[in-house]
Amino acid sequence: MSSNPNSFRNQPDERGHFGDYGGRYVAETLMPLVLDLEREYRKAQADPEFQREFDDLLEHYVGRPSPLYFAERLTDAIGGAQVWFKRDELNHTGAHKINNCIGQILLAIRMGKTRIIAETGAGQHGVATATVCARFGLPCVVYMGAEDVRRQSPNVFRMKLLGAEVVPVTSGRGTLKDAMNEGLRDWVANVHDTFYIIGTAAGPHPYPELVRDFQSVIGKEARAQMQDRIGRLPDLLVAAIGGGSNALGLFHPFLDDPDVKMLGVEAAGHGLDGDEHAASLLGGFPGVLHGNKTYLLQDDDGQITEGHSISAGLDYPGIGPEHAWLKDNGRVEYTAITDEEALEAFQLLCRTEGIIPALEPSHAIAAVQKRAKEMPKDSVILANLCGRGDKDIFTVAERLGVEM
Amino acid sequence: MPTPNRLSSVFAKPHPALVCFITAGDGDTAANLDALVEGGADVIELGMPFTDPMADGPAIQAANIRSLAAGTTTHDVFAIAFEFRERHKSVPLVLMGYANPMIRRGPEWFGSQCAAAGVDGVICVDIPPEEDEALGPMLREFGIAPIRLATPTTDAKRLPKVLEGSGGFLYYVSVAGITGKQQAAQTSIEEAVARLRSATDLPIAVGFGVRTPEQAGEIAKVADGVVVGSALVELVGEHGSGAPSKLREYTAGLAKAVHSAAKAPSKEG
Repeated sequence: MSSNPNSFRNQPDERGHFGDYGGRYVAETLMPLVLDLEREYRKAQADPEFQREFDDLLEHYVGRPSPLYFAERLTDAIGGAQVWFKRDELNHTGAHKINNCIGQILLAIRMGKTRIIAETGAGQHGVATATVCARFGLPCVVYMGAEDVRRQSPNVFRMKLLGAEVVPVTSGRGTLKDAMNEGLRDWVANVHDTFYIIGTAAGPHPYPELVRDFQSVIGKEARAQMQDRIGRLPDLLVAAIGGGSNALGLFHPFLDDPDVKMLGVEAAGHGLDGDEHAASLLGGFPGVLHGNKTYLLQDDDGQITEGHSISAGLDYPGIGPEHAWLKDNGRVEYTAITDEEALEAFQLLCRTEGIIPALEPSHAIAAVQKRAKEMPKDSVILANLCGRGDKDIFTVAERLGVEM
Repeated sequence: MPTPNRLSSVFAKPHPALVCFITAGDGDTAANLDALVEGGADVIELGMPFTDPMADGPAIQAANIRSLAAGTTTHDVFAIAFEFRERHKSVPLVLMGYANPMIRRGPEWFGSQCAAAGVDGVICVDIPPEEDEALGPMLREFGIAPIRLATPTTDAKRLPKVLEGSGGFLYYVSVAGITGKQQAAQTSIEEAVARLRSATDLPIAVGFGVRTPEQAGEIAKVADGVVVGSALVELVGEHGSGAPSKLREYTAGLAKAVHSAAKAPSKEG
């Protein structure tokens, strides 16, 4: 890896590598497809009509730009740096996931694909995919771990209302990684008509790049909004990380602003000292899974271990390869927040700001609490509020011992 | 002219080769492997268990889960291979599996272990030629054949890239799909093998979805080898410690069909 890249924003290389990470570790059957997808993505990038259609849908269907919000009472409650939020939980379908789905379904249509598949953990990406499939009239199959189907039944019903077929996956432990295995098995058997909408900035090249690009609308808007509102860039960006797409979407447009620090927040579950966490970067090792080389939760033999987090969306044993690269070169700092800390932050935001956040950004909010206290009052933290918490109220009630 | 080795010797025989796959650590693997050889298997393909076998259907997925649940480690896999080599000096043994367990301790470690255990070739499902450097150079360094896969989606333009740096034999995956599910039409296999033959001198073995002696015999009329996996793995799963006799019997049926097929004419002939 080059130790001093001139820019942090010029990755990946032409082979889809982010330094040592990323790449195209897929079965030969899929290789011609991912090469085809890359060619088609390059053409789409150069086509103003593609960009126009993407922007138009984001504005009129998703509801962008999402607001930039100064959380005054939260700032007072913490007592330190100003806390600002990028309100991506106000998007149609309630999370950042839809940004990427809009981009990918436009690509699928360009490529003449007639059937869409996706994997989902918490169900947010599944709902977003089912939504764009309904919008464009394409059949949609969503693979979801059987355990997640049980934990996230409201989202399962949403997907079905939107016309998607939800297939519970019983292999493995029945969570997100098993759903992704099943998605890849479907894809390999239906290569001619099927487009796989991957939900995070991971998988074989060009997925990590294109998902990041579609999600970068978050950071591009935030950058302009910050300039507009306070006349400068924030001092620190904070975002939660499962696969890492909301974090990259916020971070990427700021990577070459040396005064902007960045903090990615992994799920520490019951704590990093045991096995019950989902912190691939802080508690894992580099390896190959699901088409890319990246940090993975794994044992000495390279067997993948199951992550744990109170948040089903962070419960994945891998991480997007660009984060692996940004960790190794030090541009982004990574930390982890436990289930307990996230639950407290969840409640704090409800009470101080009247916003019920998803459990994923609750991890980011908990990290903001810790950092803001140590920073002067005139400094500015911008956190990505990447999803709303309606889907999580059952989980939270259970953890708080409340009968619903 | 490459020096003869176990793999090239098998493919130099006057009849097509039967390649038999089972998963390491699923049942009494040593006894099961011996049964495959006794039944007439020409090449052994030993699956390395992995938590996330993305290219495999239900039968081999279940075998992976059984093996890992029994506590199989990478060291165990190499011990099985090493002991097989002690018992069977001339039967080629190929490891098949996924990238992560192969590169976990570094490609050099893996290559050296393969060499020490008498492994002849390695098939890695998720290292395409584009990522060859993750493992390929070290396999070649230790004299282990990197066996590549060609599929129905591998077009003529891409085929040279697949062949570059590959060795042992070319594994034609006859269906776009996962192991053990649908079977390919004989005509599509014939066309594909002819296409591959015009591009390489490597022997061509055909697999995925091949279950019965009848199918295997048909494919053996055009290919240099036939790979059978899921049907054997199912026998291991069903019969447990009683699997060896079932495997011996089933393999004998496959071997009879494959060995009696006329050897495909070489491309000069």
